[in-house]
Amino acid sequence: MTIKHHLSDELLMAYAAAELPEAFNLVIAAHLSMCDECRARSMAFDALGGAVIEDSTCEMSAGSLEACMARINGLSQAPATGMRRGDRVLPAPVLDYVGGGLEAVKWRALGMGVRQSILRIGDKGASARLLYIPAGAAMPDHGHRGLELTLVLQGAFRDEADRFGRGDIEVADASVEHTPVAEAGEACICLAATQGSLKFNALLPRLAQPFFRI
Amino acid sequence: MAADVEQTDWSALVFRVRDDQDKAAFAALFRHFAPRVKAFLMKSGASEALAEECAQDVMATLWQKARLFDAERASVATWVFTIARNRRIDALRKSRRPEPEDLPWGPEPEPDQAEVYEAQQETERLGVALAQLPLKQRVLIERAYFGDLSHSEIAAETGLPLGTIKSRIRLALDRLRQQMDVKATEK
Repeated sequence: MTIKHHLSDELLMAYAAAELPEAFNLVIAAHLSMCDECRARSMAFDALGGAVIEDSTCEMSAGSLEACMARINGLSQAPATGMRRGDRVLPAPVLDYVGGGLEAVKWRALGMGVRQSILRIGDKGASARLLYIPAGAAMPDHGHRGLELTLVLQGAFRDEADRFGRGDIEVADASVEHTPVAEAGEACICLAATQGSLKFNALLPRLAQPFFRI
Repeated sequence: MAADVEQTDWSALVFRVRDDQDKAAFAALFRHFAPRVKAFLMKSGASEALAEECAQDVMATLWQKARLFDAERASVATWVFTIARNRRIDALRKSRRPEPEDLPWGPEPEPDQAEVYEAQQETERLGVALAQLPLKQRVLIERAYFGDLSHSEIAAETGLPLGTIKSRIRLALDRLRQQMDVKATEK
C-alpha cells in the first residue's frame, strides 16, 4: 500500500493535544492505523507533549503520595487485552463505531447507487459518515461547508488534480471545489468527517489557516 | 535530591514497579511526575482540586498499566503525557478521542537497551530544544498542548527536532513489517 496523501502537522499536533472534535479524531485514528509515516509523525508529537509536561510543576497536596498508594492498594495490574486490529477494509477505530465489519454497516441509499451511513458521534463539532460510491459514479453533494477529512478505505477516487487510493486522506475546506469520481473497477468506500454547520467551532478555521493560506 | 534533576533512569523505575511492585521506585516517579501532571491539568483549565485528584489518578494508572509501557518507543514523560491527556478528556469533558489500532507489537519482555536509551533521551533533547526556542514560539507550542489555542499562530514547523524521532519510529515500523512479511511467507 502506497499512501500519497497524508495528514498536516497542524492536524497531528491538534490530535496529540486532544483538541479536535470527535469525528476528526476518528478519521485521524483510522488514517494512523493505515499509515506508518503519519503514525511515526504522530508519535513524535506525543513526544513533544512529553517534553511540554516536563516543563512545569505544581506542588502536590500534603499526603498525596499516601492517598495515591491507598488508591492503588486493591488495584491489580491491568489485565492483558487482545490486540485491537482492523479487518481487510475497516481499521479498528472504524470497526468500533460500526460495531462490526462492513456487513454490519446500516447503509441508506442516496440515489444513483450511492449509499451513506452516519456514524454515532457524541459531540456536535463535526459529523462522520461512511460513503459507498459505485465504481465510476460521482461523490454526492460535494460542497464543503467547513473542514472536511475524507479517508479512502476501499477502491479509489479521482478529482481534476489527484488520485486518492486506500489509506489516502483528503483534507478539504470551503475553498476547495471539485467533483471527485470513483474509479472504475471496485466500489469506493470512504470515511468522511465534516465540520458541523450549526455549531461553529472556532478552533478549526484557525488551525486550517496556515495550511490553506486563507 | 540532585539525582532527581539530572539523569534519572525513569524507565528503570517503571520496570521496578512492573516487576516488583516496588513502592520506593513508584514514590520517586510520583515525586517527579505527579506535580508535572497537576501543572499540565491546571494549565488546561482544571481547578486545583480537580487537577490534584486527576494527577493521583494518572499516577495510579501508571502503576496499574506499567506492563503496557513500551520503553523502546516512548520516554516515561511521553507515556505519562498520553495518560494525562486521556484523563483530561474525561475530567474536562473534552471530545472523545479514538486511538489508532494497536501496532502489531507489544512491549518487548527484554527491550533493546540502545533503543530504550534513545527513546528516553528524546524527551530530554526535545526539552533542551524547546527551552532554546524564542519565547513566543515556545509559549505557542505549550498553549497548543494545554488546549489554549487562542491565536492563529499555530506553526506547522515547530523548529524542534521532531523529524529525528519520526525517522527512528518509522525505521522500527519498517523492520517490524518486514519481519511480519517473512513470517507470513514462512507459513
